[in-house]
Amino acid sequence: MPWRWLVSPLVALALLGLWYGVTAADLLPAFMLPAPGDVFEAFYEALEAGSLPYHIGVTLQEVLLGLASGLGVALSLGYLLAKFPLFERILAPYIVGLQAVPIVAIAPLLIIWFGSGTQSKIITCALIVFFPMLINTVVGMRQVEPDLRDLMRALNATRWQTFRYLEVPAALPVLLGGLKVSATLSVIGAVVGEFVGANAGLGFMINSARSVFDTPTVYVAVFTLTLMALALYGLVGSLERRLLAWQRRREQPGSFAS
Amino acid sequence: MPGMLYADRIGHTFYMPDGALPALHNVTFAVAPCSLVCVVGASGCGKSTLLRILAGLLKPSAGRALLDGSPIEGPSPRVGMVFQKANLMPWRTVERNLTLPLELNGVPRAEREARAAALIELVGLEGFAGAYPAELSGGMAQRVAIARALIYRPGVLLLDEPFGALDALTRERLGSELLRIWQASGNTVVMVTHSIQEAIFLADRVIVLSGRPGEIVLNLEVPLPRPRALDVVHSAGFGALSARVRAAIGA
Ligand SMILES: Nc1ncnc2c1ncn2[C@@H]1O[C@H](COP(=O)(O)OP(=O)(O)OP(=O)(O)O)[C@@H](O)[C@H]1O
Ligand SMILES: [Mg+2]
Repeated sequence: MPWRWLVSPLVALALLGLWYGVTAADLLPAFMLPAPGDVFEAFYEALEAGSLPYHIGVTLQEVLLGLASGLGVALSLGYLLAKFPLFERILAPYIVGLQAVPIVAIAPLLIIWFGSGTQSKIITCALIVFFPMLINTVVGMRQVEPDLRDLMRALNATRWQTFRYLEVPAALPVLLGGLKVSATLSVIGAVVGEFVGANAGLGFMINSARSVFDTPTVYVAVFTLTLMALALYGLVGSLERRLLAWQRRREQPGSFAS
Repeated sequence: MPGMLYADRIGHTFYMPDGALPALHNVTFAVAPCSLVCVVGASGCGKSTLLRILAGLLKPSAGRALLDGSPIEGPSPRVGMVFQKANLMPWRTVERNLTLPLELNGVPRAEREARAAALIELVGLEGFAGAYPAELSGGMAQRVAIARALIYRPGVLLLDEPFGALDALTRERLGSELLRIWQASGNTVVMVTHSIQEAIFLADRVIVLSGRPGEIVLNLEVPLPRPRALDVVHSAGFGALSARVRAAIGA
């Protein structure tokens, strides 16, 4: 189906057309929905002035560091929980409790504790990323086939070898699924932190533009954030395609030559 | 080097929350080097348990298992195990599934590949070295599992209903294949099976376990000449042997 590759761009084009139509017909006031041209102009200006690259850099740094630390903690804790049921029985109520606390609600606290610099955003982001990744790690480790564990035991594998040759590859599909969710959540986490109190970043850019009724710049920041989340998602997707190539080796049922 | 196995008054009891479950009782038999022994018995009589004990995966609660005179205390590279399911890693190709045991032991790559190539030929999977398990039929996957168990060059090969999940035709074919592989590699083989016919066709000796707890009720020598062709099953001698095994299982 060669036309399948055209569908997504066509949808985007149609939406752009609709947007243009709505603004050209003056259906909405410009402070709510500026014309595509105005947004593009704002984009160009922010790019020229260097403010857009700067804020992108700040947010991206928060996202990547937050994602990395959230993943690191979730992966190691998840492994321990899956490996030692006693550990899980003791910790599970606290972990679920932690998840029940709305991150948005404690973001101000984090700012009070860690200041309005990048550190508090990294922590907000890590907290948001932590839970889905933790759950996926536990599920991934638990679903390792007991028969394959027997095999590793019959082969006299060490604990490290079992981890490296069996547990990691077996859990990888679930881990990457969690990473996909986490990647998009991480952007939300950083922006939430920036909304509450910051002096840089795309969330800060939205806030300051809004306060001077510069709606086109708000749109620029929103689009940039969306693209950032999409790019991260795509990155994980391509990682998935590379690492899980073996999953796609089986011919799909009912697929004729395309 | 083919190993000699000895089961010395092996007994095993599983302790469950709702009571003790005796699975094996006083099981004693010897497996001569290079011989092929089949273990048959009703479902749940402890065949897999016995094999896991011989493989060093389970410590018996009574008695002991000996390999060449020394007690089996854990899994050993001298013993290869084939499970009921092929148990292949879906993310590894056929070749990399085969070489896993060698990788775990730090055997250099060149040697790993050479040994894998030889085994792929032995089990008749030429051209499938780069295939993934999902692309194999059940019979092919089981051949890979057998080859993987052989890659250490173990002295003893233990098979737990390796053909249990296969259709009758494939099963027959793989049975003959197993005989060929056994003769080519010169191992001592212990194989668990549900099929009386398969046991007699393959084995030098058939051991029949009674129902729970598993106890040896018959240890029968199979004097049929080798090589055995598939139509040996229609001979009078074969019929008499299977009648005795059947009677022992029913008793
Ligand atoms: N890990 C275990 N924990 C508790 N009970 C077990 C365990 N493994 C086996 N058993 C019990 O021991 C008995 C013997 O089991 P085993 O798997 O050895 O039988 P089997 O002869 O291999 O049966 P089948 O032919 O169906 O494979 C069964 O009653 C089973 O429920
Ligand atoms: Mg069994």
